[in-house]
This record gives sequence, structure tokens and C-alpha cells, in this order.
Amino acid sequence: MPKEVLQGTLDLMVLRTLETMGPQHGFGLAKRILQVSDGMLDLNQGTLYPALLRLEQRGWIKSRWGVSDSNRKAKFYELTTRGRRQIGREAASWERTVSLMDRFLRRPAPGEE
Amino acid sequence: MMLGRLRSLLRRRRLDAELAEELRHHLDALEAEHRARGLSGEEARRAAKLDLGGIGTVTEAYRDQHGIPVLETLWRTVRFSLRSLRRTPGVAAAVIVTLAVGIGANAAIFAVVNGVLLKPLPFPEAGSLIAVNHGMTGTSDQLPSAPYLYFTYREESRTLAGVGLWRTFPANVTGLDRPEQVRALLVTGDLLPLLGIQPTLGRTFTAAEDAPNGPLAVILTHGYWQRRFGGDASVIGRTLAIDGQPFAVIGVMPQRFRFLDQPVDIIQTFQFDRSQVTLGRYVFPSIARLKPGATIEAASADIARMVPLAIERFPPPPGYTRERFLKRAVTPRLSPLKDALVGDVGGTLWVVMGALGLLLLIACANVANLLLVRAEGRQQEIAVRAALGASRRRIAGELLVESTLLGIIGGGVGLLLAHQGLQAVIRFGPSNLPRLGEITIDPVVLLFTFGLSLVAGLLFGLLPVVKYANPRIARALGSGGRTVSGSRERHRARSLLVTFQIATALVLLVCSGLMIRTFQALSRVDSGFSQPDHVQMARISVPFADVPDPERVTRVQQAIVDRLAAIPGVTSAAFADLQPLGPANAASDTVLFVDGANYAPGQARPLRRFEFISPGLFRTLGTRLVAGRDFTWVDLYDKRPVAIVSENLAREEWETPAAALGKRVRASPDDPWREIVGVVADTHDSGMHLPPAPIAYFPSLMARFWSSPIMSFRSSTFLIRSPRAGTEAFIREVHSAVWEVNANLPLAEVRTLGDAYERSLSRTSFTLVILAIAGTMGLMLGAIGIYGVIAYVVSQRTTEIGVRLALGAQASQVRRLFVRDGLVLAAAGAAAGIAGALLLTRLMSSLLFGVSRLDPLTFALTTLLLMAVATLAAYVPARRATRNDPIDALRYG
Repeated sequence: MPKEVLQGTLDLMVLRTLETMGPQHGFGLAKRILQVSDGMLDLNQGTLYPALLRLEQRGWIKSRWGVSDSNRKAKFYELTTRGRRQIGREAASWERTVSLMDRFLRRPAPGEE
Repeated sequence: MMLGRLRSLLRRRRLDAELAEELRHHLDALEAEHRARGLSGEEARRAAKLDLGGIGTVTEAYRDQHGIPVLETLWRTVRFSLRSLRRTPGVAAAVIVTLAVGIGANAAIFAVVNGVLLKPLPFPEAGSLIAVNHGMTGTSDQLPSAPYLYFTYREESRTLAGVGLWRTFPANVTGLDRPEQVRALLVTGDLLPLLGIQPTLGRTFTAAEDAPNGPLAVILTHGYWQRRFGGDASVIGRTLAIDGQPFAVIGVMPQRFRFLDQPVDIIQTFQFDRSQVTLGRYVFPSIARLKPGATIEAASADIARMVPLAIERFPPPPGYTRERFLKRAVTPRLSPLKDALVGDVGGTLWVVMGALGLLLLIACANVANLLLVRAEGRQQEIAVRAALGASRRRIAGELLVESTLLGIIGGGVGLLLAHQGLQAVIRFGPSNLPRLGEITIDPVVLLFTFGLSLVAGLLFGLLPVVKYANPRIARALGSGGRTVSGSRERHRARSLLVTFQIATALVLLVCSGLMIRTFQALSRVDSGFSQPDHVQMARISVPFADVPDPERVTRVQQAIVDRLAAIPGVTSAAFADLQPLGPANAASDTVLFVDGANYAPGQARPLRRFEFISPGLFRTLGTRLVAGRDFTWVDLYDKRPVAIVSENLAREEWETPAAALGKRVRASPDDPWREIVGVVADTHDSGMHLPPAPIAYFPSLMARFWSSPIMSFRSSTFLIRSPRAGTEAFIREVHSAVWEVNANLPLAEVRTLGDAYERSLSRTSFTLVILAIAGTMGLMLGAIGIYGVIAYVVSQRTTEIGVRLALGAQASQVRRLFVRDGLVLAAAGAAAGIAGALLLTRLMSSLLFGVSRLDPLTFALTTLLLMAVATLAAYVPARRATRNDPIDALRYG
């Protein structure tokens, strides 16, 4: 997949994961995303971090240092209100794109022409 | 988003450290997971790394999120350019110096233009302040306001938020360590609040302090307070003896307070008695503030409406009828206060700014030439980079950044020069430049300089970019950069630049030539005074408290004159109420009534200048007596009804000076007629560039003048003719002589008539100096340009020269070839320059006097000068070329 598209989709995946799972650190996020994608996504886990920085710069997530389950210091990320709103917007946009492409790509049913 | 990136840029190091920490944590966690699934320590580690992906890539991708790429590339390019400039310090220095001079000069003159013409006056909402003047039907002259008008406007106006009168007088302050003559600003009580400036210490005047016989109060200006009281805050409440009367100090004005251009030390109130106000007395300048939303046109209509009301409301002065005032009612002449203050100096300033702008263009052309040469030297480097894949845009971008950088550095140095230059302008510039105190290098000037540096940098940077950033140059690698088409193109570019320089230099030279002729013409005008450098002047004011009786005032003044005349070396001494060539003399011009002159109803009498003088004035000034005689002291003390007129006045009324003798004039219909006993030569009292003012001279002590039973002039300018005028020793002797009569009399405005004369010419001389400097520098730069081009051509054709010489050509013949090339360039430039000058001199015609803007002599001489310099500039490299041994030229050329 071209890098730009992957960026956008990865961003949305991160936001949604944070919405359902609550605050997570980088490792937890990576694990969950791979889980949900069920093998469809071939991701270098490190690429998560530039994406997280980008989302933070946009103001959709915020970060703070905390303690992980294994008692290690880790940086936790969570959604902001703006981020929450952004999910709704992005999801709607995806729906539109999907239904639009669907019209073009749908094979005509027998009898329709 | 941008903001986020910017923030990351600033916290870069911390973010990098945090990322490293996070990645470590992630890696450890992955490793732990793999180990839990059964992999060995080594394998678990490897698997974890695979899952995470290349740490280097991640870190770089992370870093890419920091910062703003454009800025980073720019910063890198700037560092690169600085390095490459350091490698050719000679060219860089030459460029920076040239630019510093060009940009600095423009920054300085812009600071002047900004301070004088563009900035609003230093009062709150200065845009709604207007100067209230009047015209009178039938004359084109302008009159200030009058008390009867002031009271009416204040009471009846619908468009004016406030109105006030002011006037400046000299005043004597005594009671401190030594008596001092100061500049007093008298105002109506509402003027300071109208302007919107509050005293920093104390308070402004109350209504009681502006009422007749009210308490006497004075406000000090900051400068005076610092000078005389050392900034002591306890000055409030102290008493100051001013003109013999005690005034309570009630306030001090802020430091930034400037009252138009008047040098003011103290501020007092007029204390007009409204019940005594009559019609007439148009001697008070007036300022008003428009109500929000009101326009000047509306205010004009308002005033036109109020004038008849005013005439009805107040009584006419004795000897006049109300009908006379109604018939010759005044009309409003309102103007924004700034315009009234700035006057016509704008013409001069814009011309100077234009000239310096042209000079900058010449400088830029020079710099472009220098950079072209430098770019030539770097052709190989650029070609290599282009071959290695640097895009045309990138190379062009780098060259532009380089030239812009040069521009900014040059501009920075220029700003330093401008600061120095401004000090010089303020000291030696036209001394009647308005708003002199407001000329500073403020943020507007800084912005202008920065913008100018950028534009200049882009301008001269474009030429090398256009010529050299082209990847076609990759071909140049092969032929060593000496392709014929390439060098011909370069030569054309440089020749065009030089032609442009020559043309612009000629325009500047023509303009300075015209100013020189103007100055000469002005200097040749017979001022009416002879040897003004030998006339010492000093203003002395006899205070009312010391000498209340008007006639005694004259006796004191005569005593002073006698003492002054007794100083060794003094040939003559006298006094007059107006200082000759004084800048404000025209403000008091008034109507003279002539016996036998008939004026049709509605036709107004012309305004004449009145001067009140002592005997001996004309001998002191060196003004020729054309007919009749001078006043004598008997005329004064017997209060004889006599008068003297200037020659132009005599001719205007009675055809010849001789015919004027015996005729009768008076200043008011209620006065007795005065007989003209003398006619004197004209004097250019308003300046050399204006026709001589028609003047009526009256004795300084008179009875029944302007309906006054007895009148004398306490504040007069004393004039002393001596070859030693102006020297320290002489001035001290003058002081001693005056103090022998009265030790409490301070002298003010001590200068020679020569100083006043030079001051009246200063606007012309200032412009002349600037244009001459600009013209000379332009000529030098143009000469350097021609030299550069010819030297280059010679260097390219050394082989050819060698061949010619070897084949027997005379050295002089070869030289003539190159000199001719140079002359062709110069001729082309001169032709363009003449055309340009023919068009552009129109812009300075308001500054010219006694010379036409198309003056053939100026054009011819400057062109000749230019061609002579060009010939020399072309000759030098040509000569050097032909001195070389032709064998060397053939071998190494």
C-alpha cells in the first residue's frame, strides 16, 4: 500500500483503538492493532511511533509518562476530545469513500444493465 | 499542525531521548513475549527486532515529523552560502560595501521622509486636528485667527470638538541664578486638553487661570524643567518671576511633548477678557479638533456660517464700522495640521529620495556585474553539481539565497551608516526642516531597510541566476567554459548593465548641475543687505516690571544702541522689531491705508509688511536709501507722524520713489496721516526665491498708531555692524555693553545676518549637496563599470592583441580600438541618460530658480564630463594591454 494511504489509515486505527481500549502505551497499541487486523496488516511496529507523534502534534491525542503492568516506565497515549470528534469525522468519510467506490466496482447484477 | 511541528522542533532533544526510551521498552516487551512462546534468548531478541522494524528508519521517520522542512533547507543553504562567500572575501567585501552605501543612504532619507512627511503628529488622534486660517475676499493671502472668531467658534460650532489660539513670545525669567530669555507659548486654556497631552507632573490650566485677572500660572516643558531645575519634582508650587510678575508653576509637560516646531520653554495663558474683545486682530494662529465623523469641508461650511454671527456679536474697534467688516468678511481656510506644519518641504525630500534611489540602482548594477564575474569563476563547480543531479531549481535557489544574504548583510551595515548619516542630516540639513525632532530610526524604517535589502538582493541576484543556473552549462565542462556564444552573451549582459549605470549617473549629474545653477542664481540675488556676515544680531526684551513706561523703553533701547556703537570696530548699530530674513515675518503682514487711493467696494487692499525701527537701521543693514531721509531720534521722541516705504511699495502706489515723498499713509482710519519721508531699496525679506516684500517702516516709538495713545516695542532685534561680528570676543563685548545699561537683560537668538541668510538658502544647499554626492558616486561607479567591461574584453582578446602588435600595428592604434569600444558604451549610456533626464527633471522643477529644467548648458557640460571620465576609464586597461610583450600574449593568451 502507498505510504500516504497507510499513514491515514494507521492514524484512524490508532485513534479507534485508543477509543475502545482507553489509554495505552506503544507496545500495547501495536499488539492490539495486529490482533484486530488478524494478519491482514503487515506492519513494522516501529512505524507506530512517528504516527503517534503526528497525532499528538495535531492535538488528537496526548501523552504522559506512567508505569506499565511490568513495572516499567512507559509513555501512555490517550484520546483528546478533539481526537474523539475526529474519529467520527474520519469514519463518516470512509463510509462515503467506500460506498462511492462500491458503485463503480460493483458488477451489474444479472438483469440490470 | 504547523504549530505542533514547531513545538516539536524546540523540544527535539527531549523527544529523541523519549523515543529511544519507548523503543527500548517496546523491544523488551516483544522479546519477553517471544521468550514466553518458547524461543531462546538470542532468537527472541532477533524476532523482536524483526517485529519492530529497522530502528534507524523509525528514528528518521520520527525526526522527519519534527520541524518544518522548508526552514531547515533554508538554514542549510544559508550556512552553505556563508561558507562560499568566505572563500571569495574580496568580492563579498566589495559587494557589501557598495550595498551598505546605497541602502544606508536610502534608509537615512527614508527615516527623514517618514519622520517629516509620513508619520502622524505626536498627538492622540492627530488626524482630526486642523489649522484654522482665513482668507479675505479679494486677496490671496492667508490670515490666522482672531479672538472674536475664537470665542464665536467655541460657542457656536457644530463640527468642532474644540478650538484654541496660540502664539509664541519671548519672555524674561528672572529670580533664578541669572536672568534668562525664554520662549513662552501663550495659549487659550482649552488648547492643551484639545491636543490631548496631559502634563506628567502637576495639572493643566483651570478656567480661572485663563480668565482676566485670574491667578498667574505657568507650565514648564520637560527640556526647560531639566535645564533650569535639574528635574526636581518639587518645582510644582514654586514661583517664577516672568516679565517681572510672579507665576506659580502648576505642571510639567511630558518629554515627548512637541508643540509643532516651536521651541517652547514655558506655557502661559492669554487671559483674554471677552468683554474687551473687538473685531479684527488677526494675529493668532489657531488649532481645532474636528468632532468624530466631521470632515474639513463640513467644518469650512460651519465656519462660513459662524463668521457673520461673530461679526454681529462683537463690537468693531474704534474708528471702524461693522459694515466694513461685513463687506470684507473673512472666509475659512482649513487644512490638516500636519500639512500646515510640513509646508512645501515635501518636494525637496521626494527629489532627494528619488536621487538616492537611482544611486541604489546604480549600486545594484555594479553588484550584479561583480556577481556575474564571480559566477563565471564558479561555472565549473555549478556544471559539476548539475551533472551530479542538483536540480536547476536548487542551484537557482542557492544563488538567490546567496545574493539575498549579501543584500541583508549590506543592508545591516548600511543601517549603521544611516544612523551616522542621520546625525549629519540633523546637524547640517536644511535648518528649517520641519519636525526635525521626530526623525529617528524606528521600526518602520527598519522594516523599510529590510525590505529594500531583500529586493535589492533579489534584483541583482537574478542576473547570475538567469545566466548560470541553466543545466545547459553541463556542456561547458567540455569546452572549458570558453564557448563563443557563452562569452558573447555574458559580454552583452555586462555591457547592458554598464550602459544602464552610465545613463542613471548622467541623470544624477544633470540634476546636481541644475541645483548648482539654482544655488548660483539664488546667491546672485541682491538681498538688499550688504555684507550680512558683518551684522551681529541679538534679541533683547525690556521687561514691563523694570520699565513700565513705553517712552522710557525707547530711551533704554537708545542707551543700548549708543553703548553698542561705542564698541571698538562697530560702524553702526540699530534695532527693529522683526529680525531680517526671519522665518515668520510674513505672518504679520497687514493693511496699509494710502491717502488718495481709491478702492472699489469689494476690492481688498494689498497686505504690507510693517516694521518698527530705530534710526540708523538702514545704515547698519547696508540697505540703500533711494530717496528722502532716514528717521532721527527727534522723530521718535517728538512722536512725529512719519513713515518710510520700500521702493517696490512706492512704485506700486505712486509710480516713482521720488513721487512717494510727502505722500500720506496710516495703519488705521482712526490714526492721523503719516508723511512719507524716505524710500529705501527693496529687501528680499521673505527669502531670495520670492520677490521682495513691500515694507512700510514706522518709528519704534509713536503716538496714535493703531488707536493706541503711545506705543513702543519692548522686544526688538538689535543689529550691530562690525567686521568682528560672529566672533566669541565680540559677542562677549556686546553682552557687556548691554548689561552696562541693565544687568538683568538676557540676549537671545544671537547670530549674524549671514547665518540667517545661509539658513534661507539651506534648503537649496542641502539638496545640492546630496545630489552632488549622489551624482559623483554614480559617475565613479559608472566609470568602474566601464573599466571592468573594457578590462574584461581586453583579457579575452589578448591573443588578438598579440597578433596585431606582432604584425606591426601601432600600440596607439590598438589602444584606440578599445577606447572606442568604451566610448560606444558611454555614448549609448549618455543618450539614454539625456532622454531620461529630459523626462525626470520635471519632477524637480519646484526646486529650481533662475534656470530652466531643460537648461542646455547643464546638459552639455555634464555629458562632456561623463564622456571624459569614460574615455579615461577605457584608456587605462587598454594601455595596460598594449604594454605587454606581444610574444607573451601569443604564448599564454
